[in-house]
Amino acid sequence: MSSTTAHEHGAAAHGAPAGHADHGAGKHHALPGWLLFGTWIALMALTGLTVFSAQYDLGAFDIPIAMTIATIKAFLVMLIFMHLAWDKGFHSVLIFGSLFFVWLFIGFLAIDRGQYQSNKDQFDRNKYQSAPQ
Amino acid sequence: MSNDHGHGDKPFLAHHFEDEDHQFDSGKLGIWVFLVTEILFFSGLFCAYAIYRSMHPEVFVFASTALDTKWGAINTCVLLFSSLTAAWAVRNAQLGQNKRLIMNLALTILCAFGFMGIKYIEYKHKFHVGLKPGTYYAPTDEAYPGHAGLKAQTVAFVAEEGQGQEHGAGEVQVPAAAEHPAGEVTQHGAEGEAHAKGHGAPWNDPTVPVEVRERLKIFFGIYFCMTGLHGIHVLLGIVVFGWLLTRAIRGHFTPSYYGPVDFSALYWHIVDLIWIYLFPLLYLIH
Repeated sequence: MSSTTAHEHGAAAHGAPAGHADHGAGKHHALPGWLLFGTWIALMALTGLTVFSAQYDLGAFDIPIAMTIATIKAFLVMLIFMHLAWDKGFHSVLIFGSLFFVWLFIGFLAIDRGQYQSNKDQFDRNKYQSAPQ
Repeated sequence: MSNDHGHGDKPFLAHHFEDEDHQFDSGKLGIWVFLVTEILFFSGLFCAYAIYRSMHPEVFVFASTALDTKWGAINTCVLLFSSLTAAWAVRNAQLGQNKRLIMNLALTILCAFGFMGIKYIEYKHKFHVGLKPGTYYAPTDEAYPGHAGLKAQTVAFVAEEGQGQEHGAGEVQVPAAAEHPAGEVTQHGAEGEAHAKGHGAPWNDPTVPVEVRERLKIFFGIYFCMTGLHGIHVLLGIVVFGWLLTRAIRGHFTPSYYGPVDFSALYWHIVDLIWIYLFPLLYLIH
C-alpha cells in the first residue's frame, strides 16, 4: 500500500468512467491533458454563452438561465478539475452536503423575507411619493 | 509498517503517519473540510445578495450598469485559465514533471496577479466616481454610463445656449472640467455633502426613481463585500502558490509526495468557483 506512484497505481478504481479505467483511476491517477484542456474549453464556451445570453432580456428566465450555466461550470470544475469524479465518495458527500445547507439557508431566508413583502411595500408608499401604489 | 518515520528517502513523511498514502488521505480530508467551511463562509454574502436583490430588483438592475462587463468577463477568463494551469500542475506533480510543474505554478501566480490588477483598475474607477460602499457612497456624474447626471445635462444645455462654461442655467454652475475643485459648484440640498467628497458634480438623474437612487448604495456594499472577500482569497492564493513554487524549485514534489500541490489546487478551484457565480450575479444583470 505504501508509496505507489501515479503510473503504477491501477487497482483502486473509484467509479471511474470507462474511458479512463485503462490508465488506472486511483487517487494518484493523473488526468489526461486532453481532458483538462477540453474542460477549460468548455468553461470558456459557457462563459461566452452566459455573456451572450445576458444581452437579451429574457424576463423571468434571466436568473435561472445564468444560474444554470454557472452551475454547469461549477460541476465541471468540481468533477474534473477537483477530481471529484474519481475521488472518494465521502469528499463528494462533504461538498454537496455543504451546498445543500447553503440551499436551505438561502431558501428559508427567502421564504421568510417573502412574508415581509407587504411591510416593504407599505414603507415605500409612506416614504416615496413615486413608489408604485 | 513504515520504519523510516520521516527520515531517509521520505523526507516529507511526518512521523505520525503510517505511510505516504495515509499522509495524503489525511491532508485531502482536511482540505475538503476546509473548503466546506469556505462555502458556508461565502454563503452568508450570497444570502445577503439574494435577500436584497429579491427586495429591490430594480436597484440591482440599475446599479449593475456601473460595472464593466468587459472587465468581469476578462477576469473570468483569467481565473478559468489559472484553474487549468493549477489542475495541470497537479498532473505534472503526479507524473514527476518538475519543470512543467514550476511553469504551471508560475502561470497560476501570474494569472492571480492579473486578476488582482484588473480588480485594481475596477476598484480605482469606482472610487474615482464615488461608487463606494455604505455611507461613503457619493456617485459623481460619470458613475452611471448612459445615465448622465445634472452636470452633463447642464453642459448640454449651456452648449446649446452658447453662453460659455462659467454660468449655466438656474442655480447650477458647471465646473470647466471634472477634476475642478468640487467646492466651487453649488448644488441643491442634501446632495451638497456627498458632492464635497467626490471629484465631479454629484450624480442625480431625475429620471431614475428616488427610491432606487437612495438604495443604490446597498448594491455597492454587497459588491465590495463579495468581490473584496473573494479578492482576499486570491491574494492568499498568491501566497500559497508562491510557497508551492519555492518548494517545487527545490525539487520537493514527487509522484509519491505531491499533497500540497493537490490541496492548494483544490483551494484555488473553489476560489474560481465562487467567481463563476459572482460574475453573472454582479455584472450580468438586466
